[in-house]
Amino acid sequence: MRLGAAVLLAGALSLSACSAGSLGSSDDAAGGKTQITFLTNNDPANVKVAEAVIAAFEAKNTDVDVKLDTRPQGSEGDNLVKTRLSTGDMADVFEYNSGSLLQAIAPSTNLTPITGESWVGDLDETFKKVVSSGTEVYGSPWQTISGGGILYNKPLYARLGLQVPKTWADFMANNAKIKAAGTAPVAQTYSETWTSQILVLADMHNVSAADPGFAEKYTNNQAKYATTPAALAGFQHLEELKKAGYWNDDYASAKYNEGLAAVANGTAAHYPMITFAVTAIDTAAPGKTNDVGFFALPGTDAAKNGVTLWEPSGIYIPKSTEGDKLTAAKKFQAFLASPDGCAAQATATSLGGPFAVKTCKLPDDVATAVKDLSVYVDAGAASPALEFLSPIKGPALEQITVEVGSGIRPAADGAKLYDEDVKKQAQQLGLQGW
Amino acid sequence: MTTVTETVTEAPATTVPEPGRRKSPYPYWFILPGGVVFTVFFLVPSVMAFWFSLTRWTLFDQEFIGLDNYVQFFREPALASGLWHTLVYAVTTSGMKVVLGMALAVLLTGPILGRGFMRSVAFFPVLVSTIGVGLTFQILMHPTRGVINQALDLIGITGPAWLVDPDWALLSVAFVDVWQGVGLATVIYMAGILSIPGEYFEAAKMDGAGAWHRFRNVTLPLAKPATVSVILLSLIGGLRKFDLIWAMTKGGPGFTSDVMASVIYKQYQAGFYGLSTAGNVVLFLLVILIALPLFWFFNRKEDA
Repeated sequence: MRLGAAVLLAGALSLSACSAGSLGSSDDAAGGKTQITFLTNNDPANVKVAEAVIAAFEAKNTDVDVKLDTRPQGSEGDNLVKTRLSTGDMADVFEYNSGSLLQAIAPSTNLTPITGESWVGDLDETFKKVVSSGTEVYGSPWQTISGGGILYNKPLYARLGLQVPKTWADFMANNAKIKAAGTAPVAQTYSETWTSQILVLADMHNVSAADPGFAEKYTNNQAKYATTPAALAGFQHLEELKKAGYWNDDYASAKYNEGLAAVANGTAAHYPMITFAVTAIDTAAPGKTNDVGFFALPGTDAAKNGVTLWEPSGIYIPKSTEGDKLTAAKKFQAFLASPDGCAAQATATSLGGPFAVKTCKLPDDVATAVKDLSVYVDAGAASPALEFLSPIKGPALEQITVEVGSGIRPAADGAKLYDEDVKKQAQQLGLQGW
Repeated sequence: MTTVTETVTEAPATTVPEPGRRKSPYPYWFILPGGVVFTVFFLVPSVMAFWFSLTRWTLFDQEFIGLDNYVQFFREPALASGLWHTLVYAVTTSGMKVVLGMALAVLLTGPILGRGFMRSVAFFPVLVSTIGVGLTFQILMHPTRGVINQALDLIGITGPAWLVDPDWALLSVAFVDVWQGVGLATVIYMAGILSIPGEYFEAAKMDGAGAWHRFRNVTLPLAKPATVSVILLSLIGGLRKFDLIWAMTKGGPGFTSDVMASVIYKQYQAGFYGLSTAGNVVLFLLVILIALPLFWFFNRKEDA
C-alpha cells in the first residue's frame, strides 16, 4: 500500500506535469481613454518594434492607450496563446504566426474576422492567404516578409573573386575554393536546433519549380519527401556539405548569434538563414550588417533560380474583445497595414525584407541582404515556404536535420523519418486522406 | 500522503470499533485538508489524464479516438531509442549514486577533520535548482570554451565534446545528475550507517576484523534498508528524469539523449496534447512495472 501510494504519487506528478505561463492582467483604463492590451513575443528586438509602433499609434489616436504585454517565444509561447484563447483570457489584440500555425488556433471559433475592412485590399495577396481561414481574413501584418536562402560574406567573395552561384554545383565549387583559402565554407549552429532546418525549408522554391503541385500533393498524402527527388535534395545537401567537411569546426555547439557573427566577420563564408536575421547582425557583429549579402538557395536549374519566402506573422483580435476595446483594437490592427505603421516599424529596426502592404515602400537605407532579396521578389522569382502552402509541418524536423547535418543519420533515412513525422501531424490535425 | 490514501479506502468510522482493530485516536475529519488537496491536485488530474489520453485534444475541442493515441505513441520513431536511453540513464545514475553515496557516507561518518562542514558540502548540490545546475554545466562542458575541457587540455587530454557529442551526451547528463543527487543518497546512507549499533563494530574489531572486513560484513549488510531506499528512489527518479536533460540537451543532438519524458514533452510542445497524455500514461505504467517488482524483491529478501 505504502509503495502503491508512492508510485501513484510519482505517476500523478508526471501525468499532471504542465507548464504555466505568466498571465498578464489588464487594468482598466483611466482618464477617459480606451485601454487595450497588445500581446507579442518577448524577443528584445521585437519588443523595441512594438514600443515604437505603439508610440506612433498613440500619437495618432489620442483616445486609445495601448499597454504592451509579452509572452515567451517558440512553443512555450504557442501554448500560452492557445491556453489564453481557450479560456477567453486573451489580450485585446495579439501577434501570432500566420500560415499553418494559425490554423491550429482555430481562427473561425476564436478570432474576429475583418474581411470587410478597407485596408484588406492593400495586403499582399500571398500574405492575405496565410492570414485567412475559409473565406474570412483575420489579420494584418506584423513586420516584414523575409526570404530564406544563404547569407554570405561579401568582402570574402570579392577577395576570392567568386560569383553568386545559381546552381548547387556552382555553390559547391565556390565552397571548395573557400575551403582551400582556409575559411569555413558554411556555418551551422546546432546549439539552436531551429537553425538547422533552413537548407531543407528554404529549398521549397526549387521543389515548387521542379514539381509545381508538390505542396498540394504533400497535403493530400500523395507526395513524400523521401520519394520526391526535388524534396529529398534538401536533406542530401546537408549530408553532402557535412561529408565534404564544409561546416565550421564548432557547428555542434555554436549558437545562432555566433553563426551571424561568423558570416558577418568572414570567419565563415555562408550561413543558410532567413533574412529576418539581418536585424540581429548589428548586435552579433556591430557595424558589419552591410558586409552580408544574400542569395537564394541554388537548385539544379539556373534558369529557375529563385527565393523561398516567409510571410510575416499576423495581428489578430480574439472574439473575447468587445465594445470600445474592439473598436480600438481594430484601429490598431489597421494601423499596422498603413504606411504610417510601416514607417514606425522601419524607424525601430533594420527591416528584414519587403512589407506585405502594397502602400508601403522600403526605405533606401535597408541592409544589403534585404536589397539582394528585393531583386528576386521584384523579378517574381519567389515562392512561399511550404508552411504557408500546407497546414502540415512535422514538429521534429529540426532534430532530424541536426542528425543529418551531424552525420548521425543518412539523408534518405532522415527524409523517411520526416515523412513519418508529417504523417503524425496530419493525423493529429484530423486531415482527410491520412 | 500515504496515510491519507490508506485511510480513505477504509470503511467510515462506526461507534462500535471492529474487533481486533485499534480505533485511531484522531477523528477522521483530520484527514480532510490533506484529502482535499490530494483529490483536487492529484487524483482528479490523473483520472482526467486517462480520459484525455483517449482523445484528440486541441485545447479548443476534443474528439474521442479510442486507443489511436497509444497506437501512434508506440509507433513514435524516437520511442524505442528513448526507452533504451531512459533505462541506461536510470541504471547508470542509480548505480553510481549507490556506490558513490555509500563511499561518501562511510567517509563522512568516519573520524575526519571538519566533518560537519564536509557533510554540508556533500549535500549542497541537492539544494541548488536543477535548471541552474543544468545551465551551469552546459557552460562548464562547452567543448572548447568550457572549464572542464580546458582543464583536461592542461594535462594533455583532449576531452570529448560532452553534450554535443552524440556518444557522450546522455552520459554527460547522467554525470551531472549523479553530482547533483549523490548528496541525498549520502544522507540516507549516513542515517543507515549511524543506526548500526556500535557494539557490532567493536565486536568485529575484537575478533580482529580489518577496516575492509568491517565494511564488507557489518556496514554493508546492515545498511541494506538504506541501499534499498537509495536504489528505489534514484531508479524511479532516473526513469522520470526530465528537467536536467531538457535544460542541458533538449534530447539532442538529434534524438541521441531523448528519454521517455522528453519524447512525451515534445508531443506536448507540438500541440499533440492527447498524444502526450497517452505517453504519460505509458510512462506511469512503466514506472510501476519496474518499481513494483523491485520493491517486492527487496522486501522479500529483507524478511527472509
